[in-house]
Amino acid sequence: MKPFLAAAAIARWPLPVLIAAGFAFTVAAQYLPILNGYTQFVLITVGINIILCASLNLVNGYMGEFSVGHAGFMSLGAYSAAIFTTKWLPATPAAFLPAVLFGGAVAAVIGFFLALLSFKTRGDYLAIITLAFLMIVKSTWENLPYVGGPRGITTAPLTTLPWVFAAVVATIWIIRNLVYSKFGRAVIAIREDEIAANAMGVRVREAKILAFVVSSFFGGVAGALSAHATFFINPGQFDILKSTEILVMVYLGGIGSLAGSILGATIFTFLSQALQPLGYWRLVILPLILVLLMLFRPRGIMGLRELPWFLPRRELLIKRELYKKP
Amino acid sequence: MILAAAAASSAFSGWAFYLAQQSINALQLGSIYALIALGYSMVYGVLTMINFAHGDLFMLGAFACLLIAAFLPLPFVVILLLVILLIGLLGALIERVAYRPLRGGPRVSAIITALGCGLVIENLTLVNFPYAQRMPALFTSTSYQVAGLTISTLQLLIIGISVALMLGLDFFIYKTRYGIAMRAIAFDARTVPLMGVPADRIISLTFLIGAGLGGAAGMLYGLAYPVIAPSMGVLVGWKAFIAAVIGGIGSVRGAVLGGFILGGVEIMVVAFLPSTYRDLISYSLLLVILIFKPYGLLGRAPNQKV
Repeated sequence: MKPFLAAAAIARWPLPVLIAAGFAFTVAAQYLPILNGYTQFVLITVGINIILCASLNLVNGYMGEFSVGHAGFMSLGAYSAAIFTTKWLPATPAAFLPAVLFGGAVAAVIGFFLALLSFKTRGDYLAIITLAFLMIVKSTWENLPYVGGPRGITTAPLTTLPWVFAAVVATIWIIRNLVYSKFGRAVIAIREDEIAANAMGVRVREAKILAFVVSSFFGGVAGALSAHATFFINPGQFDILKSTEILVMVYLGGIGSLAGSILGATIFTFLSQALQPLGYWRLVILPLILVLLMLFRPRGIMGLRELPWFLPRRELLIKRELYKKP
Repeated sequence: MILAAAAASSAFSGWAFYLAQQSINALQLGSIYALIALGYSMVYGVLTMINFAHGDLFMLGAFACLLIAAFLPLPFVVILLLVILLIGLLGALIERVAYRPLRGGPRVSAIITALGCGLVIENLTLVNFPYAQRMPALFTSTSYQVAGLTISTLQLLIIGISVALMLGLDFFIYKTRYGIAMRAIAFDARTVPLMGVPADRIISLTFLIGAGLGGAAGMLYGLAYPVIAPSMGVLVGWKAFIAAVIGGIGSVRGAVLGGFILGGVEIMVVAFLPSTYRDLISYSLLLVILIFKPYGLLGRAPNQKV
């Protein structure tokens, strides 16, 4: 009885209240002049970056692999959703949710085949294969006149703040539940020691492939959202620099931490907006931050730690039992 | 009848000449790729680390040549040696400052740092040279007609210098004490220092040589295709990385093989298909080769230790 009360005493009730309030605020911002267009755009970018960062964290943080292809999944999601809304269906808000899910699904399917191929080999080869994947995706769009070739296509501005807010909450919720499930423990075991995990009966290959597919699905969702947040996409937006930006967010916020992903994406987005006047120097400073982080704090701000709000109730109870004072 | 046969035979010989002419271009591009790929492969062999900054050192080689040639009227060979020395020292410096503190830590950190260093170099160059630069011709190149094929002094020089550097490296790695130490570290990095081999110094040397060859490749590339831009570190450097992986990363001879294969494939794609397919086909080639030979053509699977 006591641990239950103690866990409840951490006050979990503000979380649903905050989420509801946040959603109400984003809806209100559509009708009332609370936020100007630029602020809304920055907040939408923060949301999209949180989704990207949390989903890449599943592979690069929780599983300890190194993928540089997240911008490729984003690109797949963005283009698939844009084709959906501009070529197949009229660009109405009703078509938006199917379009976003379609974008995620396309990215997930391609992610599945890429995972099959990558996890035949070990370690660094994932970086090599995802790099090749990124270049192939970019080059494919550039050679397809159907989607405008290198010039890209115009999209409908369908992404609104409430949509992004809902997508962020859904992403964090799903990834949290996955990470603290049996599958999540398998993923973490793979990070700690793949050979030992295998010896203990963890289905390494399946866990790796599933983690990669989930990660690419949300990468695709983020891409679909970003395609409809701007009026326009082209293949060059989703290049290695975009992937590096997502990597900076993950390693800034902290590997293996959802709170860290939110923090990393938020800090990064505001920082990169603030550095905008510096022009090309911005492109020097951002990677420099990454290098300095790796040298002085390689796990990031929240590395491998989590705020209680991002833990399921059962997990909190276990933690409480483990660290109970005698 | 006879006329038609003559036309057919001349069409055939035209086609064959076209192919032969493209083969010379393929040799030129392939030898540059091979020179860059060597740097990736040597570092991977010794540290099992992908040095993502190597492509940008290659790019700096071209810019270093541009700057030296602009301020000092030195002969070609002196500039080449200066570029090799400068870029080699820079490579060794990056290893000392950015990679060595992370050795022994998670391997992923080193790869991320390398990626970051590469972007810093690229964008610092971009800040200073926002527009593509024209590379000066360091000497007057004349074209020779050999059996109907055109070959220039520049092409001969590029292929010659590359092959000489590769043969020199091969001799160094297989015949000298330092080369033997390098291969020993690649074989077992933990035991070798216990045998009295100064591992840190050998690793610095590996970076020095690898980056120096990359710098030389950058200079030769700049002379062959005389418009240079900071983005070529990614565009060309990573192609060379693919070449290293195709040949089997970690294997020095594999890097050379991969470089010539990739150079050949790229030139032939551009010769016979729309040139925008080039990247698509070279990266797809990499994936296909990795499906059938997961460790590249000449690479060995790493021995897994429990």
